[in-house]
Amino acid sequence: MKRLMAIWFPHLLADGMLRRRPHLKDTLFVVAAPDHGRMRITAACLAAQKQGISIGMAVADARALVANIQVLDDEPQLPLQLLTGLGHWCIRYTPVAATDLPDGLFLDISGCAHLWGGEEKYAADIQNRLKGFGYTTRIAIAGTIGAAWALTRYVKQPIAVAPSGEERAALLPLPPAALRLELVTVERLQKLGLYTISHFINMGRSILRRRFGIGLLDRMDQAFGWKDEPLIPLQPIEPFRERLPCLEPIVTRSGIEIALQQLLNTLCERLVKEGKGIRKAVFKAYRIDGEVQQIEIGTHLPSQQPIHLFKLFELKIDQIKPALGIELFVLEAPNVEIARSSQEALWHNSTVNDTRLAQLLDQLTGKLGKGIVYRYLPEEHYWPERSFREAKELGEQPATTWRKDRPRPVRLLSIPEPVEVAAPIPDYPPMHFRYKGKLHTIKKADGPERIEQEWWIQEGEHRDYYIVEDEIGERYWLFRLGHYTGDKPHQWYLHGFFP
Amino acid sequence: MDGVQKDIVARLQQDILRLQGPRPANDPLAGKVELGPVLDAFPQQVFPTGAVHEYISGSPAATAASSGFIAGILGSLMQNGGCCVWISQEKIIFPPGLKAFGIEPERVLFIHLKKEKDICWAMEAALQVEGLAGVVSELPDLNFTVSRRLQLAVEKSGVTGFVLRQQPRKLHPTACVGRWQISSLASYYPDGMPGIGFPCWNVELQKIRGGKPGSWQLVWMDGHFHALPDTSLISSQTLLRKIG
Repeated sequence: MKRLMAIWFPHLLADGMLRRRPHLKDTLFVVAAPDHGRMRITAACLAAQKQGISIGMAVADARALVANIQVLDDEPQLPLQLLTGLGHWCIRYTPVAATDLPDGLFLDISGCAHLWGGEEKYAADIQNRLKGFGYTTRIAIAGTIGAAWALTRYVKQPIAVAPSGEERAALLPLPPAALRLELVTVERLQKLGLYTISHFINMGRSILRRRFGIGLLDRMDQAFGWKDEPLIPLQPIEPFRERLPCLEPIVTRSGIEIALQQLLNTLCERLVKEGKGIRKAVFKAYRIDGEVQQIEIGTHLPSQQPIHLFKLFELKIDQIKPALGIELFVLEAPNVEIARSSQEALWHNSTVNDTRLAQLLDQLTGKLGKGIVYRYLPEEHYWPERSFREAKELGEQPATTWRKDRPRPVRLLSIPEPVEVAAPIPDYPPMHFRYKGKLHTIKKADGPERIEQEWWIQEGEHRDYYIVEDEIGERYWLFRLGHYTGDKPHQWYLHGFFP
Repeated sequence: MDGVQKDIVARLQQDILRLQGPRPANDPLAGKVELGPVLDAFPQQVFPTGAVHEYISGSPAATAASSGFIAGILGSLMQNGGCCVWISQEKIIFPPGLKAFGIEPERVLFIHLKKEKDICWAMEAALQVEGLAGVVSELPDLNFTVSRRLQLAVEKSGVTGFVLRQQPRKLHPTACVGRWQISSLASYYPDGMPGIGFPCWNVELQKIRGGKPGSWQLVWMDGHFHALPDTSLISSQTLLRKIG
């Protein structure tokens, strides 16, 4: 049984403005926007409305009524902003909240109200809290969106509840405008003397369609629940998501930890049943004052172990600021993958447990940031900097073998450093070189090994590499850039260190 | 000294070893490391796995020599398909160069961290992972507290740790099981051919818990450590050069 709630903010703009500018509390103000060459009022505070100022009036007329009225500029995006904010706030009451421009919200409250002890109490709680923020509201609960909308606007009660199955009775005495009809249709119904819904509800559908168009029938069907009306939730519902509302606001770290552990346990139990594992998880804490705090973790392998996931979150719990208290915790897993069976080894014939290794990497990236762990695979390039590449994922296997036929240094400078060299010409290895102010006399040398630029990747000169050994036995990898031509000095570089 | 006394001495030595710290007696990797003559320096002639070793080096070239020596040990520890972690401040290790030491470079996880504090943290976390063949970290300064934490981590997991200390500011006493200093020696060719031969090092074991410190000259040849034959020290190759 679906239950839906509509919240109407009759003075959304005025209340929103007042919340932003608390100093306007005791002054009369209106919000106005230019329209056809003059300023028209789009919202007015309650006190101003009592003085006879109404929405749609020109600002000049309002000034004639109240001389010292304050006029604020309208912001066209403000209603959407306010409603989105309020909608997110409402997520603590139900996961599905949607905005209803220009001045309302819809909540799908199926199965939520009993937690507050009944629909009236539930609605009253929301209303009181919103009143605390400074918003006047009218709330209605019914079985359809249309009925709930109608009850908020046309039943003059702060809270109206239509028990399920009794929407029809509640709707019949209301005027046709309660069906969210177009202005033209409403006027036509008025002209014909159909002042309430009960006047035309029993007429033939074909007659109604011919006279008033398909729109009327659609709206009628939606209000009476004959046709489904989907809600577009503000936050897409994650398939893997757990909620934990708290009776008392939580302010301590241990409280947050207990909540997190409970949520992880329930979520992981579900994941185990479905054979899935978490790759990414988000933990959200909804605060009493309407703020949402969230922390996020990622894993290298799909994980369904609450203890490991808790360890990853534990490093970030400090980032949650509970302020006055947290009333709802939500754990979502936006990225879930099929869990690998434990027999499937990451790398063939490995002594280390894959899960443990992945946990280590999660721990490291969780604490110290992403992009610190690298694994390299061979590439078929001679150019030293390009002879290996980063592995895209932990389990990736090399497509080619590592070359062993040429001696290669064990440490390689990422940017070759220029050195001063004295070398016999044209192609003999150097006799000595100066690196960081120290002169090294070369006793033994091997080379040259010419490595050409790969023209399809990068243009440039080739390198002639020499392995050299100095008088104390330290081995270096030097190269000369380009051909020996005899007319210009050549730049030599130190590129690596042999063991 | 007759046989009975020798037995007693051997047993007492074992007792001392046990008191000096728990060592996993049945580590599958123990005994895998072939260090030639250096093995005599270790208690029971076995390279201490499941412990932290520190390597002091004074220059980039000496660091490379230490890296090569560590890679040689790691290569034998990784024989039965382990993997290892190498933590450094920048990307400087050239993965294809490790292949010569029997390491499959794709089985090495490189971690690059800027802050020394983070490196300590990462190394401790990595050392707690049972089954890793080894963890190498390039960390110039290692104080007693940190080394103690590392030692506690390896005592539980049995992983071997290597701390490569390039130009340390101060040499405090540490809880590491061994302190090494590796320096390069002229390369070696058995038949005196010209050019660069097999890499040779002067291996100085300055401290070893329960063993005898010493100094050896080793050559890395055919995938193993060997003692450097004396002959090579005499002949020094002079290059034939044409100048002009």
